[in-house]
Amino acid sequence: MAQAPELKLVPTPGQTIGPFYGYALPFEKDNELASQANPNSVRLHGVITDGNGEVIPDALLEIWQADEHGKVVSRDGSLVRDGYTFTGWGRVAVDNVGHYTFTTVNPGPTEEGKAPFIMLTVFARGLLNRLFTRIYLPEDTKALANDPLLASLSEAERSTLIATREQDGSLRFDIRLQGENETVFLSYPRES
Amino acid sequence: MSTGTTHQDGTEAESFANSHLLDPAATTASQDEISGEIADIHEAYRQEVLAGKKAETQPRIDFAPYRSSLLRHPTKNLHHADPETIELHSPAFGQRDVHALESDLTIQHNGEPIGERIVVAGRVLDGDGRPVAGQLVEIWQANAAGRYIHKRDQHPAPIDPNFTGVGRAITGPNGEYSFTTIKPAPYPWKNHHNAWRPAHIHFSLFGTDFTQRMITQMYFPGDPLFALDPIYQSITDAKARDRLVATYDHSLTSHEWATGYNWDIVLTGSNRTWMEDEEGEH
Repeated sequence: MAQAPELKLVPTPGQTIGPFYGYALPFEKDNELASQANPNSVRLHGVITDGNGEVIPDALLEIWQADEHGKVVSRDGSLVRDGYTFTGWGRVAVDNVGHYTFTTVNPGPTEEGKAPFIMLTVFARGLLNRLFTRIYLPEDTKALANDPLLASLSEAERSTLIATREQDGSLRFDIRLQGENETVFLSYPRES
Repeated sequence: MSTGTTHQDGTEAESFANSHLLDPAATTASQDEISGEIADIHEAYRQEVLAGKKAETQPRIDFAPYRSSLLRHPTKNLHHADPETIELHSPAFGQRDVHALESDLTIQHNGEPIGERIVVAGRVLDGDGRPVAGQLVEIWQANAAGRYIHKRDQHPAPIDPNFTGVGRAITGPNGEYSFTTIKPAPYPWKNHHNAWRPAHIHFSLFGTDFTQRMITQMYFPGDPLFALDPIYQSITDAKARDRLVATYDHSLTSHEWATGYNWDIVLTGSNRTWMEDEEGEH
């Protein structure tokens, strides 16, 4: 890949989300990208923990993903969910025990042979800037083996980015901000 | 809305009466100790820059003077990823999502909120200087007494029944936004003994690529608490810190109505254009 062009302006610094976003950011059905009544809907869930393995009860998570066919949609209406329109984006404030749930669909591969993944961003009190990572679906092992990001990681790191499929079809993805099995977080070109 | 005494989740009752009792472990450090730690980190950074290191533009995520960061930052370096399709796009928002009146935080209740009415206006740009048009901006803040509407805010300052402190807007064609609100006050928190946050408004922003997603805080010029605040000072570079401070702008001030502040926000660079250009060359 070619070198990313230099930025013309210097980006504004981020800051922590803090503890008091409760009346501002959550909204009705914020974590329901798809209706639970949709036969193709799946539950994506997990727990977020800190460096002591303690749950983080005040994190806010967002996901952004392609639809079942791997199409990246550009549709408004996320903040006023109608139960029919898939907008690809959702948000959830974790519960008192650091657990989150999204209702969504399995994203399809955006290109033939690509490993499908969901983009995740993490905000929390105590976390001074947002973190990005990817939640890969576990099924297409050939595509996972060919994925350039996963190929650049150790086996232990790689396993932090691949969700587990549970018996009922749910995807399980835990987030460990620090310590043992620390989740791999990502940086992208042109951040500074 | 909680007043600090109603508890549906079965947690121990909190009230104004005990709200001054802070967690002893969290408050053993004095402001002098925290300020000393900040000064040491900033001095080390200054030496690195003198030795030729590139200036930092973002906060450190490992910043011990902000005690809550100790166990909540990754210890490994962020891993470089070449963005793929989904990472080159962003969710879409529009007038369907946000009503125009949601950008006025002073008209959400039956009466006028107490405090100094202000307008905060500016533009959202990307790292190439291009306006980010038609995107969602969300804000939240304390009221004129330094109190948030939140059950975990136990600061014994009055709640304003006419102020929730929450607003949304969709940026215009030139990336412009404008909020009418009340100037927030500083408030105490439990990072260390006698810790006070500078007055600020939280901003949540989207770009054209989801990798530009950010949440930050806008501050007001000349706040005497800047030097003491480990969240603001987690940005080690003075020029970078200044980018979070709005400018008083008399052209935004309106006659006998509200004072005005300008604050432009620059997101990171979009990767879509240059990567698509590159793809087109093959």
